[in-house]
Amino acid sequence: MGIAKGASQDEIKRSYRKLARKYHPDVSKEKDSEERFKEVGEAYEVLKDPEKRAAYDQLGANWKAGQNGFQPPPDWGSGFEFHGGGFTGGSENGAGFSDFFSSLFGQRAGGFQGTHQAQHTQGEDSHAKVFIDLEDAYHGASRSLSLRSTVLGKDGRPEVQTRTLNIKIPKGVREGQNIRLKGQGSPSVAGGKAGDLYLKVEFNPHSIYKVEGADVSLELPITPWEAALGAKVQVPTPAGKIDLKIPLGTSSGKRMRLKGRGIPTKMAGDFYIILEIVLPDKLSDKERSLYEALQQEAGSFNPRVKLGV
Amino acid sequence: MGNEIINIISGVIVEEDDSVSLSTLCRRCSLPSEQVIGMVDQGIIEPLEPQVSSTYWQFSGDSIIRVQEAIRLQRDLGINLPGTALALELLDEVKALRQQVGFLQRD
Repeated sequence: MGIAKGASQDEIKRSYRKLARKYHPDVSKEKDSEERFKEVGEAYEVLKDPEKRAAYDQLGANWKAGQNGFQPPPDWGSGFEFHGGGFTGGSENGAGFSDFFSSLFGQRAGGFQGTHQAQHTQGEDSHAKVFIDLEDAYHGASRSLSLRSTVLGKDGRPEVQTRTLNIKIPKGVREGQNIRLKGQGSPSVAGGKAGDLYLKVEFNPHSIYKVEGADVSLELPITPWEAALGAKVQVPTPAGKIDLKIPLGTSSGKRMRLKGRGIPTKMAGDFYIILEIVLPDKLSDKERSLYEALQQEAGSFNPRVKLGV
Repeated sequence: MGNEIINIISGVIVEEDDSVSLSTLCRRCSLPSEQVIGMVDQGIIEPLEPQVSSTYWQFSGDSIIRVQEAIRLQRDLGINLPGTALALELLDEVKALRQQVGFLQRD
């Protein structure tokens, strides 16, 4: 948590709150914010209790064995078997980790006291993120997702369970939208139905396309002669190559709109092509003399006339 | 640790749901209706037809996500309801700005 060993309890609380705000998954844009948020929560849970904190202070750097969180020392106390790993679902205990964890730390007991769970017969909802490419949004895709959650094992103790789900990403999904998978959330403790899993869709940045909502845009370089004379060129789109007719007399920055060729959502977005004239790095002697001839011919055209120069 | 069998499952895009009733919204978010109405009062979500009485309120699908976010912020960061409304608005703005910056930086 970035605080010195001798820090006061108040300093610990302040540091926790600051870090919780920083790494909260709804606030942070970091990819690993969920892991960090849970780490911070777990660290605080240890440090805020003077007893546990004393034990931690004694152990020093050796307390955290794995990068996934807290590995308890062998003599920590009986009944404690928290294994680390991600939590899904929520809790009313203020730091976003499950009741199992807090009850464990709170009582250091082998038994589970699910006071929160008693209010709902339904299992908690889970939230996760899934990263896809733009092409997946155009065509749909399958994804294999590994989810770790802490559930009650048969012996009544919390255990980390890994589920692998093969999910279908529907075509036409936009960035930031959520896919609801019914019944794939946390199972219910009271034997009711499981909660739902909400998957938030994020796009991997694309090397050539820019995405804004359902609209996709592409910068298309063209030659000066294509711009001046017009041309038919091939253009890549996430749905495949298409032929584009460039009108003659096109200038840089011209936007062409291909309606309905954006992400195929209910109201399909558009595909925008922004034309950019580019020149070769070097001109041959012949090319240069041709340009000079053109300069002579077209010399009367002043593109800067509006600027008063 | 246990591993379960792989399932192939599809889901629905929550935001594509045109109209969700107040009671469905409450169920999805595990909240009593008073709390959802409290969020409407703060402007966190808005019914499609605000002028009708709350019994007949319908919401767009993205309201579900919004309410879930509001719950998490309140619970995890200890923010009160008006603060949560502000936080969500600011986060929207930050997201939009980040996207714009992303566009500009690309060149």
